Amino acid sequence: MNCQGDGGRPLLLRGGRVVDPSQGIDDVLDVLLRDGRVAGIGRGLGIPDGAHVVECGGHVVMPGLIDLHVHLREPGHEHKETILTGAHAAAAGGFTAVCAMPNTTPAVDDPAAVGFVLAAGQRAGAARVYPLGCISVGQKGERLAEVGEMVEAGAVGITDDGHPVMDSGLMRLALEYARIFGVPVADHPEDLGLSRHGAMNEGLVATRLGLRGKPNASEDVHILRDLLVAELTGGHIHLQHVSTRLGVEAIRRAKERGVRVTAEATPHHLLLTDEACEGYRTEAKMNPPLRSPVDMEAVVAGFQDGTLDVLATDHAPHHYDEKEQAFDDAPNGIVGLETALGLLHTHLVATGVIELPTMVERMSCAPARAFRLPGGTLRSGTPADVTVMDPGARWTVEGRRFLSKSWNTPFEGWDLVGRAVLTVVGGRSVWEAASSQ
Amino acid sequence: MNWLASGLGKDLIGLEPLSADQIHTILDTAEPFKEISERRIKKVPVLRGKTIVNLFFEPSTRTRISFEFAEKRLSADTVNIQTVGSSVVKGETLVDTARNLEAMRIDMVVIRHGSSGAARFLAERIPSNVINGGDGWHEHPTQGLLDLLTIRDRLGKIEGVRVCIVGDILHSRVARSNIYGLVKLGAEVAVCGPPTLLPVGIEQLGVRVIPRLEEAIEWAHVLNVLRLQLERMESGFVPSLREYNRLYGVSSARLGRVPRELLILHPGPMNRGVEIDSDVADGPHSVILNQVTNGVAVRMAVLYLLAGGAPERAESAKAGAEA
Repeated sequence: MNCQGDGGRPLLLRGGRVVDPSQGIDDVLDVLLRDGRVAGIGRGLGIPDGAHVVECGGHVVMPGLIDLHVHLREPGHEHKETILTGAHAAAAGGFTAVCAMPNTTPAVDDPAAVGFVLAAGQRAGAARVYPLGCISVGQKGERLAEVGEMVEAGAVGITDDGHPVMDSGLMRLALEYARIFGVPVADHPEDLGLSRHGAMNEGLVATRLGLRGKPNASEDVHILRDLLVAELTGGHIHLQHVSTRLGVEAIRRAKERGVRVTAEATPHHLLLTDEACEGYRTEAKMNPPLRSPVDMEAVVAGFQDGTLDVLATDHAPHHYDEKEQAFDDAPNGIVGLETALGLLHTHLVATGVIELPTMVERMSCAPARAFRLPGGTLRSGTPADVTVMDPGARWTVEGRRFLSKSWNTPFEGWDLVGRAVLTVVGGRSVWEAASSQ
Repeated sequence: MNWLASGLGKDLIGLEPLSADQIHTILDTAEPFKEISERRIKKVPVLRGKTIVNLFFEPSTRTRISFEFAEKRLSADTVNIQTVGSSVVKGETLVDTARNLEAMRIDMVVIRHGSSGAARFLAERIPSNVINGGDGWHEHPTQGLLDLLTIRDRLGKIEGVRVCIVGDILHSRVARSNIYGLVKLGAEVAVCGPPTLLPVGIEQLGVRVIPRLEEAIEWAHVLNVLRLQLERMESGFVPSLREYNRLYGVSSARLGRVPRELLILHPGPMNRGVEIDSDVADGPHSVILNQVTNGVAVRMAVLYLLAGGAPERAESAKAGAEA
């Protein structure tokens, strides 16, 4: 089964609130999907022969959500997640496409590995899976991987995510070289000398808990470095999971200067601070760490004004055994695919921090533009990737019910309002919420 | 399970969560237990039939022996587990160790572990009483308590006493437990050490930072001198032990200028000639061996209280009644 194949019967999504910032649409309309593509959008569209009609009254119909930053763990760590389970978890969270980070074992640093991820993603038949390739061979930070070959095989960008590129000279080469292929260079900004293997944010909470802290400066220094090298080369730098006030500020200034930069905000850095680590809660251990309230507010402000272009979950599944350890020993990361939409809708949209179209822009349109992916729009003729959300659906986060193999979430037990009820990829439904929900 | 009688709760994880009243209760309970160690037959049946495991994931001589004496003098059955030779080195997780202990129906665990939070981790997963014997850089509550008891013995009070903790505050669980305990009991607390070894935000715990040792000596009634681990030099926090001694080593030459009484505490083991000179360690200001003696009494008090002993009955428990 190829999820990019035709959708079989035409699908008419009738009477929903269609929110498509790419066309400036926010209105109650019908959307017709046919042959895997968007066939039309308008008021009172007729029902074509054989079409399947979904009544969307009271629901939000939007271009499919795209997550530029997920860890699907395959190959090498299939006990945490597989491409199959990750792609279905994505669909259940309303995502129609995800970008798989290459820090697997072995790392995705050659065209064969890219092909493996792509093929496994297609076999999964859920959200589309776009691989990223490594910047450096084996993510060692020494010499460039075969970027051209990997892009030809289907990689949509390069990154050594998980390992920052510490050698500024290598970052320069990557940004210059990637320009040939028009792909972004995504970087995990962290100066390892300053972060010194810290377990959480440096500050009062870390001091009280007796845990090694990572200062904001460890991220700020690296963000500034990346921005300067991007400016030098004219390359496109994509800064991952920005968590600091000065980091947001530096990106805002760089954009004003015309530097080609896009940047991510994660749901957890938008909603949590380092206080979530109290009690040595390993489900709040992540990298970059949860920071101070001032940083969280700056990330929210950057997300509001678009300095941080996209929402990315940094979905990082870990087996419960691995998180069931002393804080120092537990790995970094949380799952995010199945909570992101509900969290944003509940805590940013329903509270008036951002408008619904802004959420769709950050979760669909901007990610598609940033990585030059199909989708992010409901324009006629584009792939029929659509997410339908019930904005009134009330639910409680229960990690053990996730389709993901892992349930390491700091949001366990949170009451949310709004979730995906239908996820359509290539005109075909890949996720439908049970009618009881 | 009648540990509520003591008002301490199930476990002793740190001094941060305790109230001043709870800390006073432990110190007061330690007083009658001091005398047991002075007897010819150093044993009372307070914990007869109780099983206690001393679970040490880090090398320790002093703390482990102090706990073991406290346990044995209260007639508990004790087992020592050191990481070397235990299943821990074979890769067994802390969770599995905890479950196995639980399955053997032990009453209490004293845990020493290199990771901050390990004692709390264990306490949340087993019904036995858990006593933190030192977890990472977090807390070492019985050390904090024995320091408080030693200061109270010598100065008759803790409120208003000026205590300066000298040395590697960043990596020190002793410093944190001291700060929490001293601040709660109304002492004035300062820390003194190279800025590379002071944790961020330490002032927010209610302490002042005194950069130079000379000023600290002028200010303080008590200096609690911390051990400088050799690996701090290897990882570059201080350039050399020699220079550390010149800047932060407590010597009689430095103390000589202070006419009034000054107590010198050290949690041990000492690096003579690094953070403390021998003439100070062995001199008239030093109460270092009193600390060791008080350590056994404080640990007896904690064991007794967590086992359900009532503070007001400690005197009669000492005379032979069971908890």
